[in-house]
Order: sequence, then C-alpha cells, then structure tokens
Amino acid sequence: MDKAEKLELKKVACRARMGIIEGIHAAKAGHPGGSLSCTEILTYLYFKKMKVDPKNPKWEERDRFVLSKGHAAPALYAVLAERGFFDPKELLNLRQIGSMLQGHPDLKKIPGVDMSTGSLGQGISAAVGMALSSKHFGPDFKVYSVLGDGEIEEGQVWEAAMFAANKKLNNLVLFVDNNNLQIDGSVDEVNSPHPIDKKFEAFGFNVICIDDGNDFDKIEDALSKADKSDKPTAIIAKTVKGKGVSYMENAVNWHGAAPNDELYEQAMAELKEAYAKLG
Amino acid sequence: MEEVKSVATRVGYGTALVELGKIRDDFIVMDADLAAATQTGKFKKEFPDRFYDCGIAEQNMMGIAAGIAATGKKVIVSSFAMFAAGRAFEQVRNSIGYPHLNVIIGATHAGISVGEDGATHQCCEDIALMRTIPGMTIINPADEVEARKAVYAAMELDGPVYMRFGRLAVPVVFDEDYKFEVGKGTQLKEGNDVTIIATGLMVKEALEAYDILKNEGINARVINMATIKPIDKDIIIKAAKETGAIVTAEEHSVIGGLGSAVGEVVGEEYPVPVVKLGVYDTFGHSGPAVKLLDEFGLRAANIAEKAKKAISLKK
Repeated sequence: MDKAEKLELKKVACRARMGIIEGIHAAKAGHPGGSLSCTEILTYLYFKKMKVDPKNPKWEERDRFVLSKGHAAPALYAVLAERGFFDPKELLNLRQIGSMLQGHPDLKKIPGVDMSTGSLGQGISAAVGMALSSKHFGPDFKVYSVLGDGEIEEGQVWEAAMFAANKKLNNLVLFVDNNNLQIDGSVDEVNSPHPIDKKFEAFGFNVICIDDGNDFDKIEDALSKADKSDKPTAIIAKTVKGKGVSYMENAVNWHGAAPNDELYEQAMAELKEAYAKLG
Repeated sequence: MEEVKSVATRVGYGTALVELGKIRDDFIVMDADLAAATQTGKFKKEFPDRFYDCGIAEQNMMGIAAGIAATGKKVIVSSFAMFAAGRAFEQVRNSIGYPHLNVIIGATHAGISVGEDGATHQCCEDIALMRTIPGMTIINPADEVEARKAVYAAMELDGPVYMRFGRLAVPVVFDEDYKFEVGKGTQLKEGNDVTIIATGLMVKEALEAYDILKNEGINARVINMATIKPIDKDIIIKAAKETGAIVTAEEHSVIGGLGSAVGEVVGEEYPVPVVKLGVYDTFGHSGPAVKLLDEFGLRAANIAEKAKKAISLKK
C-alpha cells in the first residue's frame, strides 16, 4: 500500500463514518460505538483485500465476509455502499419499514451481505461453514469475519474455533474487534474474555495481535501474515470504540444509542473537518 | 398371518443417505458425535471424505451448516431431536430459518420411545419448536419406507427441512411402491364417523384403532400426516366436513404439535371437535420404550377411546 492508496482508504473510512452517523441519526437507533471501531478493518477488507465484484454480488468465486458482531451493521452497510454495492443514499433508510437495510445484516435483502447475523456467536460458525465449503467443494476463496470482544463470551464462538482449527481451515481469518467495551461496561468488568490471544492460540489458531486496529498499515501487515498461515488466523485488533467522534470514543453509553440533532451536527462537523484535513 | 417387519425410522434415514451418496456427491453429511445412533455412521463408513463430525457442539454444527448452505451447497446435519431442535433452536431459527437456507436437519431419537435414557433425552417439544419457524418444512415419517422416501424428497426442497426419526423399531406400514409427497396427507382407511389423523409411530396404532372401532360398528377414516408443516389443509377440511369429528395422534406433546396444527386449521376453516392424543404436558422417564408407550397411553386402544369421545362431542 503506497501513500496515495492509504490516503484514499482513509477518505473512504471517513466517508463511511459519516454514513454510519447519518444512518443511525436518521433511524434514531443503532449501534455507533462498535460500528466506528471496526470501520478501518471493513474498509481495508472490501477495498484492498477481498476478491469481490459489486456488479455481481453473488459471484461464486468471491471471498466471503461475515459480520459476526452483526450490530455493527451500519459500518458494513456504509462500506458496501462506498464500494458500490448500492447507492449510499440508502444509508438514510437504515432500520426503516420497507428498507433493505435491516437493523442487523440480512443476506436475502442486501447486495453484498454474505450471511445474516445479529445473534452473537452465530456468525463465526457460518464463516467456518463457508471456509469448509470452499475446501470441500471449491472454488477457492477466503472467508473473513469480525467478532466483538464481548461477543466471544458466547460459548458457540469456541465451539466454532475448535472446529476450524481441527479441520485446518487456513482460509478463515477472524478479527476480534477489541474495543474493550460491551453494553454493561468494560469487558474486563462484565466477564473478561482476556487473554484473548492465548485463548485462540490454545484453540489452535495462528494469532496476530495488533495494537492499533484503526491503522491501515497494521491491518495490512496482519492480513499478509494470515495469508501465509497453515492454520486459521485470529487477528486480535485493539481498537477504539466510537472512533472518530470525540464524545463517543471509549464511551460505553454510545454502544447502542443514536445522537440527537445537536450531537449529530457535532459528530458530522468533526468528521467533515477530519475529511478536509485529508486533503 | 404374515409377520410384520419392524425397523426404526432412523435406519431408513441412514439407508437413504448412503443410497443418495452413491448417486450424487453434491452434499455433505454432518453429525455431533452421535453418528452410530443417528445412523449417519453408515454414510461416514461409505463416504468418509464427505462426512464431518462437529463433535459435541450442536449449536456450532447448525451454524456451519448455514455457512455451507450460504455458499449454495447442500448439507444434512444430524443429532438427537432434543439437541437439534431444543439446544440449537436459536441457531436453527436465526442462522438457518431466517435466511431460509437449504439445510436438512435429520433429528433422531424423538419422543418418549427413546426409552431408557429418560426425560433429558425424550424430546416431545421439537415439532412445536420447529413449527414456529417461518418457512420450515417438518416431516415425521411413520415407518422405514416412508423415512427413506422422505429423505429423497427433502433433498429436492428449497429451504430448511426438519426430519423427525425414532429410535425404536416400529412395524413397517407402507409397501415399496408407496409414493411420498411433501405436504400431502395420505388417507389409509375410508370411513365417515370420525377421522384419525396420525403421525410417526402412531400411524400403525391408528390402523389398529380402525379395527377396534370397526368391531364396535364405528367407521373411522385414517390419515397419515407425515408432513406437519406445511400442513395439508385440504385433507383436514375434507375430513372435518365428511366425518364431523377428528382425533389426532402423535408421540409428542399435545402442545404445539400435530394436534395443534390440525386444530388451527379446523378451528378457522370448519369447526368440529378435535381431540388430541399425545404426551400431556409432562416429562417422560426411563423404561423400555414399548412399556412407556403403554404407560403414556400412546396405543391403539387409547386412540379408539379418544375417537369415541370425539364422536360424542359432535353437535
């Protein structure tokens, strides 16, 4: 990734953040905190990593993506729109009656969504199933999935991890969006999943830790290491919940709340300023 | 008298998987450490490269199946009814049902006739649970022949299918030329005094109840309802109109199963008495299966009693 490419990715991520905030504000509901924390991961995957074709979203050979932390749907929708799967104007219909943009991702309704998710712990199993399907039936593709750090408190995550390692699904790459906050508080206080890296290691994964999951260079580096693995990979990415909107950053109360008009204006002003600075 | 062969429906399921495996290779079979019991072990032996064991992790198995199906491939997953429909209910609902994916769930060891394992394994709620999932097809075969034919039919369906099989060897009811059709009830005996609608191992009991009633001068119609969802409304409404009273018989809770499904149709379309025979809101317990069926009143004599009650309720 050269400088120009990285700048372009930063711009995409910033526009996606605006899309997230606009959609959630219009819906008066949604999950901004965990959407903003994984925006760079999704942006990198859809713009630099994954083999996809927005004109042919069901292309059989495409790489798959499963948003296991399905409540970060606004981030996925914003990135898919940026990538050309549908008109970004759709983002304003988030969570509305008749809209394809359901509160959580729906594979039947939304072009580019590979799996319906929302009930935590379930997406990872579907991702594992897709990886197994590729190994068994072909064609060759990779499967990427993003999990929340709170989500991995679900037992099903570890059932899936055990299976993926046992079946040597090295075409599976998981991200744990480690923003350290869940609805009831910090993950350490609620029911600590730490140490996350050692758990995935013990389950037979190739584990890569990155100390800034909102940094494109670090995401790129981790993903290229994942490509060389003979095991499934788990990338434990330290991120900032609410990243990019000052009052949402590291604030647990912005897990699942929409900004009022005043705070919406402030968030958009901050994001527009950040965008302008990118040049 | 010709001796009737007894075979468990799960055996028909296992046989059909192997037969299908020989003629097509576009599907995977999975189990959760119960391959010998569910009979998927036969497929595993024959086609080890097309069989995946998920270990004791049914929730993950349902999710993996959803993922495979989401790539456009066919998959059959097996466990006991208790764990497939019960433990993994929400995975079936959200990962398979909501996206309407082509997953066949082969659930064995359903009902009280599990026997000695007792209440924790005697699933009498699975039909009720699966019936609430939009787009789910539910098939509960009466014997080994129907079980085999139903597996073939399920492979051709679009969307999720829940197939219910038993552990206990039960008498074979159907000939090899029996034609199974998803969503269609089959009238096995003609009669106009009352209709017995039965499913699973209760079909054989219903046929015996027909004889009991016949000896008492009552002409019962007998219908095999293998597909519980989508339910065959036409055959039910016709029975309500022509016989004026219905008995349902199932090895399942009377809450939410076949009896409820029939009652819903009759209540809305052509109200006549519907008397349900099944497990009455109670847990099972350990014991030999055949004795449990006696104890829980899942026998021909019990159906005949309920039939007379239904007739007495006619206006």
